[in-house]
Amino acid sequence: MAKTDEKMIVNGKRIDDRELEETRPITIKVGVVNRATGSASVRFGNTEAVASVYGPRELFPRWMQESETGILRCRYNMAPFSVDDRKSPGPDRRSVELSKVIRLALEQATFLEDFPKATIDVFIEILQADGSTRVTGINAASLALADAGVPMKDLVTACSVGKIDGKLVVDLNGKEDNNSEIDLAFAMMGTKKKVTLLQMDGIVTKAELVKLIKLAEQTCEKIYEMQKKSLKEKFKRV
Amino acid sequence: MEERYALELIEKNKRIDDRKFEDFRPITIEQGIIQKAEGSARVKLGDTEIIAGVKMNIGEPFSDTPNEGILIVNSEFTPLASPDFESGPPGEDAVELSRVVDRGLRESKCIELEKLCITPGEKVWAVFIDIHIINHHGNLLDCAALAAISALLKTKMPKIVDEKIVREDYEKDLPVVAKPITITVCKVGDKFIVDPTLEEENILDSKLTIAVMDDDRICALQKQGKREFDIDDIEKMVNIAIKKSGELRKLLD
Amino acid sequence: MTEIEKEEKVDVVVPGEFISEKAGRKVGQGAYYEGEKVFAEVLGIPRINENEIFVIPLSGVYVPDVDDKVIGCIKAVEISGWSVDINSPYLAFLPLSEGVAGFVDSHKDDLSRFFDVGDMIFCKISKCTKSKTIQVSMRVIGAKKLYDGITIKVTPSKIPRIIGKNGSMISLIKQKTVCDIIAGQNGVIWIRGEDKAKAIEAILKIERESHTVGLTERIEGMFV
Repeated sequence: MAKTDEKMIVNGKRIDDRELEETRPITIKVGVVNRATGSASVRFGNTEAVASVYGPRELFPRWMQESETGILRCRYNMAPFSVDDRKSPGPDRRSVELSKVIRLALEQATFLEDFPKATIDVFIEILQADGSTRVTGINAASLALADAGVPMKDLVTACSVGKIDGKLVVDLNGKEDNNSEIDLAFAMMGTKKKVTLLQMDGIVTKAELVKLIKLAEQTCEKIYEMQKKSLKEKFKRV
Repeated sequence: MEERYALELIEKNKRIDDRKFEDFRPITIEQGIIQKAEGSARVKLGDTEIIAGVKMNIGEPFSDTPNEGILIVNSEFTPLASPDFESGPPGEDAVELSRVVDRGLRESKCIELEKLCITPGEKVWAVFIDIHIINHHGNLLDCAALAAISALLKTKMPKIVDEKIVREDYEKDLPVVAKPITITVCKVGDKFIVDPTLEEENILDSKLTIAVMDDDRICALQKQGKREFDIDDIEKMVNIAIKKSGELRKLLD
Repeated sequence: MTEIEKEEKVDVVVPGEFISEKAGRKVGQGAYYEGEKVFAEVLGIPRINENEIFVIPLSGVYVPDVDDKVIGCIKAVEISGWSVDINSPYLAFLPLSEGVAGFVDSHKDDLSRFFDVGDMIFCKISKCTKSKTIQVSMRVIGAKKLYDGITIKVTPSKIPRIIGKNGSMISLIKQKTVCDIIAGQNGVIWIRGEDKAKAIEAILKIERESHTVGLTERIEGMFV
């Protein structure tokens, strides 16, 4: 998507009619891939991510095994049809980097020591990309891990915040992302508030950064409540 | 085990090579060391050594920026630099390093890419920065970023005659107008250190890489490391990075 | 007739959710503690009694524990024993001495005549090291090779519900479907007999609805 000269904020509202600190409509479903040990899908507006977790399962090749702890492997991938200009299938440099940072974001909350020599495999597919894909993916993956019964310290909750047309906003959509002055991705353990992912592009002063982090924390608190609710609801249905 | 010793020392407010928490190892910067490259620099942080080479080629602009030159950062974790590096395409650590160095340069707008346009919409200068790790003894990212900006500051643009590049016949300098500096601040227990050695990298809890511009604004952030940190740590680490970046930037004058 | 079981309250917790103060109690499976506070590690039903705080997971793989009785499948015949798939991230080993009573000369005898690849066995976890090297044994009362029949897999944490208090639930199903049923703590259930399909239906229903109220009545209602 290209940069435009369009104004991102008109009369205090964003191009999709949102308030500055309003997230897009969020939809969460837990247990969508029945072959997987655990799974979930999460939508933030038009961005949609599905995550599946397999395992813990025995890790091959054997030389990769750690005798004292399990490992978590993660693959973040964008479907070719998820974006405006078709993306060639297969990993590109961005997917490689995101797979790594997402893996670390989830690993930090997982009790890997409970599964020596085993692996927990997390697959995230972005089916539709309209900004903030990695945080949508993390929200889905964290739910999938809980659905799979993997022992975790906490759920991991993520969101994006940034600056468009000089104003601080939350949950950037695709157009906003491309025209942003700051684009920041943030993930934390939902109740313990420990930061497990932090990435930023753009130019920010230290004071703005402190404000943005506060916004991110508050937004994640709201998303955490939704994650918690969806997990509990899955088991209320009979 | 050296690593455990490094951890014990930090708990006692010391470091393995007697440095203070906020000290860098001795830094050496040599620019213009590779004749064939349009720009180059060798940077050493203690025993960590990286060479950055800049090559300029003519290419097509990206469709959304038809009047701007392009910047591409690549890194090689060459097997000679460490027993842990393997031959083959870049792994996730090499990809991450390239992309974070790229972010620091790109977001700070240190290269005036609009001045690299040859024929709008058709031909522009492409600036390739290749980061070659020669010895890995910790803190590759800060060393690589420093090598990249050092190389760019002394990069010369070749002449174009009859639509062909004439190498080693330079017309002018690459228009570089800023000196972004990348500092990775590491958390060990409840303490913060900079410029970790290899042993320290293996025992630290988490790190935050911060790219700082000349005016102390921040243009890139990347959390790394296997453990989490507190929300309040962010501001503390940014303060350290801003302070250290000023010191390192003076070395580029 | 069967004992009417006390129905469980639905009270699901998510990982990281606070359960209770530790107050000197043991923190068991599915929970962890930080200082005096106990939190859930898995999505499940919390259980608090005067001695222990733990969480029954609503899903998850089987993590072997010593003395568990499990149903395994022989995967390979090795030199001094057999490797056994126990529906876990970890392969178990059945040593010759734990599989067969009496002296066996492993050089002369082909071990596959005792247990061959594909055989199902009901056995006990006899050893489980920190690195999860697992050893099983047939030299316990009740251990046997399982002939004929079929096996299904359920979430291991649901097995206690499927067995029921003092075996009441599983006895009910066995009686009504005229089947032999053995439920391994590893989530593998072996069924042999007349109405296997009905037995499976009942078992899967318990797995799905294990945490709800009125389950016992609904299962009994299936056989009316």
